[in-house]
Amino acid sequence: MSIKLENVNYFYSQGTAYEKQALKDINLEIKKGEFVGIAGHTGSGKSTLIQHLNGLEKATSGTITYDGQDIYKKDFDLDSLRRKVGLTFQYPEYQLFEATVFEDVCFGPKNQGFSEEEVKERAREALQLVGFPEELYDKSPFQLSGGQKRRVAIAGVLAMNPEYLILDEPAAGLDPIGRTEILDQIKKLHDEKGIAVILVSHSMEDLAHYVDRLIVMNHGEKVFDDTPKNVFAHYKELEWIGLSAPEVTYIMNELKEKGFPVRTDIIHMEEATKEILRVLKKGGERQ
Amino acid sequence: MSIIKIKDVIYEYLKRNEQGEVEESVQAVNGVTIDIEQGEFVAILGHNGSGKSTLAKHLNAILKPTSGTIYVKEMDTKDDSHLLDIRQTTGMVFQNPDNQIIGTVVEEDVAFGPENLGVPTKEIWERVLKSLESVNMTAYREHSPNKLSGGQKQRIAIAGVVAMEPECIVLDEPTAMLDPIGRKDVIEAVHELNREKKITIILITHNMNEVIDADKVYVMDHGKVVLKGSPREIFREVETMKSYGLEVPASTELAYQLKKAGVNIRTDILTKEELVEQLCQLN
Repeated sequence: MSIKLENVNYFYSQGTAYEKQALKDINLEIKKGEFVGIAGHTGSGKSTLIQHLNGLEKATSGTITYDGQDIYKKDFDLDSLRRKVGLTFQYPEYQLFEATVFEDVCFGPKNQGFSEEEVKERAREALQLVGFPEELYDKSPFQLSGGQKRRVAIAGVLAMNPEYLILDEPAAGLDPIGRTEILDQIKKLHDEKGIAVILVSHSMEDLAHYVDRLIVMNHGEKVFDDTPKNVFAHYKELEWIGLSAPEVTYIMNELKEKGFPVRTDIIHMEEATKEILRVLKKGGERQ
Repeated sequence: MSIIKIKDVIYEYLKRNEQGEVEESVQAVNGVTIDIEQGEFVAILGHNGSGKSTLAKHLNAILKPTSGTIYVKEMDTKDDSHLLDIRQTTGMVFQNPDNQIIGTVVEEDVAFGPENLGVPTKEIWERVLKSLESVNMTAYREHSPNKLSGGQKQRIAIAGVVAMEPECIVLDEPTAMLDPIGRKDVIEAVHELNREKKITIILITHNMNEVIDADKVYVMDHGKVVLKGSPREIFREVETMKSYGLEVPASTELAYQLKKAGVNIRTDILTKEELVEQLCQLN
């Protein structure tokens, strides 16, 4: 059970003066139930990559398979792929359009041809999954706060019962509380419902905190694909491509350089605190 | 000398239900008094809905206070006869760069402001060049704004304001929609304007990394100023900042956690260099 890309290349405006290769020989497999992060600066190809995962863009060359089925085969059901691999774009709140929150979430399943009862059932379940308060179901989406609008947009995708959920910067522009709330909710979806999550983010702190596997894109190429810990160990290379590591990783490296013997493979605040305490305690015993 | 004086300002708006009846009155700004000195770099920090953007819109008379007074260089913003002078003194930059660009060529976009002020053509072009230079965008003078990145567009929007030669620029979450590189470029450009051209800067944000180099920070919550001081003074209040839904820099947080675990360390730490120095002394 997976989405698999083999030797995928993608060119924009092929054959014109504006031709540009946005994906270069991408090989990767994302299995059901994974929590994967994608990082890369603007223009690195990460948005193009995620649009290939549900067949919105068609690779210029290479193959993509979903559970072993070639998605570019004539008889492959692309509609069902797009239901199974849900995608929310950046600022998904701009895509809300119905008169009420509830109707907006119903839109997807309604178009899939479910009975009215089933549509409502799915919408209700999806809104519950994103922790959206029931008393606001009949509000206009435009009366909601930024964080609430995001939840409604994500619920709209969840109502289609996807097996994979791709989120392009779901926390962009939210304040610290809104950010933590939405990302915690996504994590819960992953942990409790077993939905595979593919999270595109510019925040190295968020990636360090939430994902199990981190893919880094640069100039259309996949440059890293490993655990966050192993990827952030390459913080110098990450800087060359316009990215960085979490701030605590820099602090630990600088400490080590100045002769304070800490481990440097640290990407979380709690871990850093523990490690510094360990070294301080040891120093105390020595004296 | 103070360039902007905010005195006991309250801004109240009425929340209506679907029938148009008044449901409640909300005080988005609730008794704020701030004095901003000429040449200062001031940051206003607060979570969404804290009232910071509403306050910002008062500074060039987009909104007028329900009670209290705002003086921009001694001009009362409630007095409409000063409106043009006020808007020429305080320029505004908003969150979404795409909503602020109107020209089809970068230099035309930047020229729009001074042109409307009736500046002579020759001087307009001098101003356009200088403004683009001040945000490091001269190389893009003849480009189409559509092809620029978010951070570049935002710097063009800033150049457009700079070309009107304001004494003060208010930026309302200018980096919220940008990637990390775009963010850094915009914040650096703003600091440079402050340093080199002595333009007073008022930066509205919920991103703590952007206020570390400000002269003064005001933290807002529920329409009120709840903390004020230098970045060092406000960030050392780790628990208080968190209670307002805000974060503190990683080094400050780490020092705070270590202190809580019994380590004898200063808590007014802002940068990783300071933290490393402190810890190396301990070991």
